[in-house]
Amino acid sequence: MSHIHIDVEQVSFGYEKGRPILKDLSFHGAETDSIGLIGANGVGKSTFLKLLVGLNTEFEGSIRVEDIPVEKETLAQIRSKIGYVFQDSDSQLFLTTAYEDIAFAPRNYGLPEAEVDRRVEQALRLTGIEHLKEKQIYKMSGGEKKLVSIATILSMTPDIILMDEPSIALDPRNRRNLIRILNSFEHLKIIASHDLDLILDTCRRTVLMTDGRIVCDGPTEEILNDKELLEENGLELPLSLQRIR
Amino acid sequence: MSKIGNAIYEIHHIDALTSRDQWVNRIHPLVKFVVTVFYIVTVVSFHKYDVAGLIAMSVYPIAVFMLSELSFWDSVKRLRIVLPLVCLVGIANPFLDKQDVIIAGIRFSAGVLSMVTLILKGVFSVLASYLLIATTSVEKLCYALRLLHVPRAMVTQFMLTYRYITVLLEEVNRITQAYSLRAPNQKGVHFKVWGSLAGQLLLRSMDRANEVYESMLLRGYQGEYRYLGETTAFRMPDLMWLLLWLGMIVLFRLCPVVLLAGNLIGGIFA
Repeated sequence: MSHIHIDVEQVSFGYEKGRPILKDLSFHGAETDSIGLIGANGVGKSTFLKLLVGLNTEFEGSIRVEDIPVEKETLAQIRSKIGYVFQDSDSQLFLTTAYEDIAFAPRNYGLPEAEVDRRVEQALRLTGIEHLKEKQIYKMSGGEKKLVSIATILSMTPDIILMDEPSIALDPRNRRNLIRILNSFEHLKIIASHDLDLILDTCRRTVLMTDGRIVCDGPTEEILNDKELLEENGLELPLSLQRIR
Repeated sequence: MSKIGNAIYEIHHIDALTSRDQWVNRIHPLVKFVVTVFYIVTVVSFHKYDVAGLIAMSVYPIAVFMLSELSFWDSVKRLRIVLPLVCLVGIANPFLDKQDVIIAGIRFSAGVLSMVTLILKGVFSVLASYLLIATTSVEKLCYALRLLHVPRAMVTQFMLTYRYITVLLEEVNRITQAYSLRAPNQKGVHFKVWGSLAGQLLLRSMDRANEVYESMLLRGYQGEYRYLGETTAFRMPDLMWLLLWLGMIVLFRLCPVVLLAGNLIGGIFA
């Protein structure tokens, strides 16, 4: 087994006792997997992603990231391997300029300033936003903020990328840019989204969730072409496939 | 723009000023912090009738305004809430202190003099503080405080409070905008909904603040933001700035520079 992988075994979780949001989830993500996490509103996609980075640790079952169990004691180690992009960019970006925000993680990991600078430049180049380097965050559009949010995790050079609704607030050109960035990332990535066309373009595998459970896990082409399955679970065919039919 | 919108804009504007590539902005934050505190303490220490001594102290804000290319009038506009308060503090002095004081052979009302010195002290202190925060980002100020061994918890509290102010204001802005769009004929918010509005604001701000904190944790934050960079190393200009201003401030405090200059000019024309 390669060193980059995530193993989730029989995980259940709820914010209130007796009202579980996630129920008995089991899941394996390997090094080169690109996984789309889909499901109707409120099925627990975001909660599931948050468990993977230990934002909640009071779950039942076990989660292991590269063989390290997700526990309070191992959080720093696990978080250094995972880049997490929030649904709301305003929550992710809190410093003054794009440069400062992208440099936040490398500085926290104690890297020398020359290396911090190199990583920031690289992240800006990968996301195609070199021109935003010194721009104030509050002056940015929603799409620019989203790309800077992605750059903030790329500067960590993570082994695994988790994204929660990455295409929200993006115009068509920025959305295409996002698809290019996601496809250029070769390691394990898990993308939770309602944008099924984005999933179709970026993920080889899709996990469909309903009511806190995984109801289907398989090749994206198969799942996203299954109109009946999608409609049973509160979704519809991706727009690009609707047009073909 | 609404009042809250203005407040958010002001905070962002200060952030924009601190990130300008100006010579004064590049001076080490600890040096600027020490000079500012020393300046304010010195200004406050002047005798209550020493107007001439205080006038000489205006050299520091004038010089920093010019070097940092900040607009003086913009700054005064920005300080329009604080400055009247500063002026109000001394307004009763002419009625309370009715003695006369003779300076350079001229008789002055002691109350008026003490009012003027109080106003000057307040204005200079506010301007010096403004110049510090308009040329130094809050992260760099926190770094300077850490160098002075101010406890980590206190510095972090300070930095996060500053960052969360905008989070809170943005939430207030959203809530009041949503309210006013559905209550077009009302001025302000009706008192009947104050309770639920404040509750909503608290819960939403806490959620937002929690998400910001989670985002920090996920990027390696472990209780202390590392501001260290090459820009924070001490350089020769930093040392020169420190020595120059400490020297000038001590000189202006100990020597009646304005009176000496007045006598000199008077002597030339006599």
